[in-house]
Amino acid sequence: MNAPYDIELNNVSFQYDQTIVLKNISLQVKQGDFLAVLGPNGSGKSTLLKIILGLLKPTSGDVQLFGEKSRDFKNREWIGYVSQKSNAFNTGFPATVFEVVESGLVKKTGLFKKYPKDASIRVEKALQSVGMEKFMKQSIGELSGGQQQRVFIARALVAEPKCLILDEPTVGIDHEHVQSFYNMLAHLNREQHITLILVTHDVDTVSNQISHVACLNQTIHFHGFKNDFNQISDEDLQAWYGHSVRKIHHTKVREHND
Amino acid sequence: MIEALINYEFLQNAFASGIIIGLIAPLLGVFIVVRRLSLIADALSHVTLAGIAGSLFLSQSYAFFALLNPLYLGIVAAVTGSVLIERLRRLYKHYEELAIPIIMSAGIGFSAIFISLANGFSSDLFSYLFGSVSAVSRQDLWIVIVIAIIVITFLLLFFKELFLLSFDEEYAKASGLPAKWVHLLFMIVTALVIAASMRIVGILLVSSLMTLPVAASMRLAKSFKQAILYAVVFGEAAVILGLVIAFYLNIAPGGTIVVTSIIILLIVLIGKKIWLSIVMKNEGGSVV
Repeated sequence: MNAPYDIELNNVSFQYDQTIVLKNISLQVKQGDFLAVLGPNGSGKSTLLKIILGLLKPTSGDVQLFGEKSRDFKNREWIGYVSQKSNAFNTGFPATVFEVVESGLVKKTGLFKKYPKDASIRVEKALQSVGMEKFMKQSIGELSGGQQQRVFIARALVAEPKCLILDEPTVGIDHEHVQSFYNMLAHLNREQHITLILVTHDVDTVSNQISHVACLNQTIHFHGFKNDFNQISDEDLQAWYGHSVRKIHHTKVREHND
Repeated sequence: MIEALINYEFLQNAFASGIIIGLIAPLLGVFIVVRRLSLIADALSHVTLAGIAGSLFLSQSYAFFALLNPLYLGIVAAVTGSVLIERLRRLYKHYEELAIPIIMSAGIGFSAIFISLANGFSSDLFSYLFGSVSAVSRQDLWIVIVIAIIVITFLLLFFKELFLLSFDEEYAKASGLPAKWVHLLFMIVTALVIAASMRIVGILLVSSLMTLPVAASMRLAKSFKQAILYAVVFGEAAVILGLVIAFYLNIAPGGTIVVTSIIILLIVLIGKKIWLSIVMKNEGGSVV
């Protein structure tokens, strides 16, 4: 039952028309890891996440989720997903926070079945863990960007995933709230042992919470413990990215993704 | 009116179908509007017209089609159109809306050909275009009932999947939902509703019964369930009022139903504006 890795990529490449987006990516993520994937715009970060989520098929290579081949993997509800706020939904959509979070139970509940009886308790618990339980009855469109993003995390949490994948979740969130947002993620990682994969530009802000770092730019230049990452010289980073990752967040934190 | 309703079967047919359509068109319309597919309903209604015009034309030369309710060929055309639209949307991935003018013009083109071949507009065709109080047969009513059962069963079975797919398609796919299949079924059911509504509101105005009540309800609803409830209430009000007016004034009901919907929409829009300004004033007053 227990696979050695939650997520394992072996030699994964992805090509879009003639353009190579990802080349020979191998990556292992263990249960309880908090991995930050760093890379400039256009480095293939979102594509990598979409391949893990099964939204895109790799051109070559092999993706294993909890020890099973990605295309045979049935328990998609084990992997929660929080996309960038900007393209997540239509702001005018008539739905309450409760309805949005409840929809996170769709896969777990299964086709042709009603939501379980304890759905409302689960929704409330998920909202509590992101500090949004007071907003349950409000319309999703009335909330601020940061609040909406917390609701989307609650939607991912309500199905009790083993792993949570976040694609630049802090884009569009006020800078003062970013730190508390990451603290909340770290709490989920430590208390509920949820594996986290976070694509981000804010390596400084998040560096206290993460356990692993992967540097991506078409291919993986570094993957390992955070402490080893801190030993990497600025010259190396410069060679991989053309500029220093450690300084990226000052200028690029608000920039949209590739 | 009540007396006429008891005495005349055609009125019973019209009102019974009207009430059913007033339920299912806005019900499905909520999903169509939030998924930004309103124009697809329009394209499909024109394809349905091609099927009906084709059937009316064929009925002139073949006995089989003379006996066949033109609605059947209309349904076949609408369902075919819905499947083709999906095909085209996938073919033109980055220009999905291109599918709409392609299918719509194909529908109008074939309609024009069949109508000309059948020697122009008959009163029968006019009733398909703008609806009719008197032309709804018992058989039409049965078709509407069967379609309503299919639509309601579909919505009950797939409600939570359709909600998730409408709200956040990427998330729905990432959580392993069979999005492609649910969407295809949704398009086919939409085609069925269009075919069913056509007898009452007419092909040219079908899509408005799916969108106008929803446009009004979205201004008021806080939740998705409220949006559905208000849309159905507005839809029913428009259909019933529209049919009564059409009956007394001898007007095509498509017109009266749609104009009633527009009046409801205006009342909601203006009412909400007034209500908001009153709330603002009161809040301002309490601060000062």
